[in-house]
Amino acid sequence: MTVQVEIDEALGREYEAGFISDIESETFEPGLDESVIERISKMKGEPDWMLEWRLGAFREWLKMEEPDWALVDYPKIDFQAISYYSAPKSMKDKPKSLDEVDPELLRTYEKLGIPLIEQQMLAGIAVDAVFDSVSVVTTFREKLYEAGVIFCPISEAIVEYPELVKKYLGTVVGRKDNYYSALNCAVFTDGSFVYIPKGVRCPMELSTYFRINEQNTGQFERTLIIADEGSHVSYLEGCTAPQRDENQLHAAVVELIAMDNAEIKYSTVQNWYPGDENGKGGIYNFVTKRGICHTSAKISWTQVETGSAVTWKYPSCILKGDNSVGEFYSVALTRGRQQADTGTKMIHIGKNTKSTIITKGISAGRSNNSYRGLVKMMASADGARNFTECDSLLIGDKCGAHTFPYIESRNPSAIVEHEATTSKVSDEQLFLCRQRGLDPEKAVSMIVNGFCKEVFKELPMEFAVEASKLLEISLEGSVG
Amino acid sequence: MSNTKSLLTIKDLYAGIEEKQILKGFNLDIKPGEVHAIMGPNGAGKSTMGYVLSGRDGYEVESGSVTFNGENLLDLEIEERANAGLFLAFQYPVEIPGVSNLEFLKASVDAVRAANGEEAITSSELLKQAKAACKQVNLPLAFLKRGVNEGFSGGEKKRNELMQMLLLKPKLCILDETDSGLDIDALQLVAEGVNSQRSPDRSFIIVTHYQRLLDYIKPDFVHVLADGKIVKSGDASLALELESQGYAWLENGNVEAKIEE
Repeated sequence: MTVQVEIDEALGREYEAGFISDIESETFEPGLDESVIERISKMKGEPDWMLEWRLGAFREWLKMEEPDWALVDYPKIDFQAISYYSAPKSMKDKPKSLDEVDPELLRTYEKLGIPLIEQQMLAGIAVDAVFDSVSVVTTFREKLYEAGVIFCPISEAIVEYPELVKKYLGTVVGRKDNYYSALNCAVFTDGSFVYIPKGVRCPMELSTYFRINEQNTGQFERTLIIADEGSHVSYLEGCTAPQRDENQLHAAVVELIAMDNAEIKYSTVQNWYPGDENGKGGIYNFVTKRGICHTSAKISWTQVETGSAVTWKYPSCILKGDNSVGEFYSVALTRGRQQADTGTKMIHIGKNTKSTIITKGISAGRSNNSYRGLVKMMASADGARNFTECDSLLIGDKCGAHTFPYIESRNPSAIVEHEATTSKVSDEQLFLCRQRGLDPEKAVSMIVNGFCKEVFKELPMEFAVEASKLLEISLEGSVG
Repeated sequence: MSNTKSLLTIKDLYAGIEEKQILKGFNLDIKPGEVHAIMGPNGAGKSTMGYVLSGRDGYEVESGSVTFNGENLLDLEIEERANAGLFLAFQYPVEIPGVSNLEFLKASVDAVRAANGEEAITSSELLKQAKAACKQVNLPLAFLKRGVNEGFSGGEKKRNELMQMLLLKPKLCILDETDSGLDIDALQLVAEGVNSQRSPDRSFIIVTHYQRLLDYIKPDFVHVLADGKIVKSGDASLALELESQGYAWLENGNVEAKIEE
């Protein structure tokens, strides 16, 4: 009964997280040039090397072209019309403790179901709350510090732990990696930094909650997680944004480093505002997430993607060390006019490396949902194995599901398996459920939940329930 | 008996699917606690009757009336009919991958309870009842954790339907050719399940092509359905008569004469 959801009738039919918080913010004028990057760097009190790194990325970005190979269609983004920094004014003199944090900010997170007051929180989960361009608060830091775990905003890590940041930042996703990651390198504002020392099992779940509030701003978050030898960490991120008619850009970069025998479990519940039924508004979610596994290390990505107008996202694993393991479990639900092009890349370099890809795409309304994945077996990857399963579920007859698997194998001993299915929520299934008393919406959400079960069971328990509820809300109105 | 209020009254029902008329003047009256068997040749409209009563999409009622427990059944949505106590055991139960039987049972039981203004069943109470039901229909407990009908054999699917019936405690159960594809052991199990549920406040419509199920479930009435209407009604002995003579004899004049009486 783990994913048995008790429906809360009180949950509205609209996008729940669509409210706007009335918070006085300090926001840059729209526009992007080197002076903007200098200002961001100055606001953050960064060392010179960081500014140079940003400017280097910006100069690369100027030479790059926006990619157009994904199966998504959106008007050209005017990068000069976006503001690249926005922070609540109350954050200017950085609050020392929770008591000093603007109560309106705390209320915002409470409304989203994320109480930041530690006593009220789910025991065992530490939260970094990022509001527009800054981290508002990070909970349980002292407790984590006792275990040797560093969990703080990345802006702070740049100042406090420059050696660690300098050593790893940009090593998995380079500055020239792609158009959006280059932009992120130039203008990233905040995000989370995690370091787990050798042999430490992180005593609690870590999570970051991203909220875009201000109008016409982009959110460029940067997350860096380093799991040193033999350590273990489970990390979760959640995302929401107000309901606005304009599209907003979110271009994040996440880098994971799993040293020998380390394990990182990274889960995402992405619920950015998806736009209305006609495709007005919504977040453009252009994200680069990648992890590197050293010897016998393991990285597991689990994502539940229900939001955003356009999603372009491929959390990937570079399986460099021998015997390392990469996993990608994904549920992507699109409805209305949403478009998602998402999948993964598994790059097998080490011997006996293993990867598993399980994806569940659900399309409703007039949406388009694509799986795009690359499995690459390098010549060195003796005995490497991959198993891929891509399942698509269609609700209604105006939506699309697409699968683009790319397989490259340069090692004859490597084994790659790929399975794909496409099905519809059938009339017979709906009739059976309704004949047993379920209303059509509950019936569809139950059928879809069942379809996603393989992925949900990979999520930490509390979030499996949340994800399942989220699907239920997202599916409302997609029947009939 | 005649003073007892009817549970289900079907009057002069004309219904079909996609312009095709299948039920043509169907009449039936069922009182609480009664077991009615409906027999007939293939294509007579037996399954259509079950679908029309349960409100399946695509099945249109042209004229006639159906009263269930004092309500106009035809005004109700599929799930409202279910929640009012109408249960259809499917001839070919469909699979719902990934949704565990237990989860499905809880959602169904809670839906019925909610419709009756009752609180949701506790997980432990549900588990208790489900375990007992499993035992009764001879399904291993492991089936509670498996996806609804996922990979079940034909017989297991039928028993699973029965298990749902045991938990939902409907007022009227329509068994749509539940005996088809069952071996004799499975048939007996299904019959025992049904017999154990017979009670003064539960009625059954047993739709079947063959008489053999009725060896184990003694009906109060047997009706012969041919070309969309009931052409002959009688007691349990009618089933035996059909068994020995087949359906062909219905086509001669004496049946027509009976209808006009």
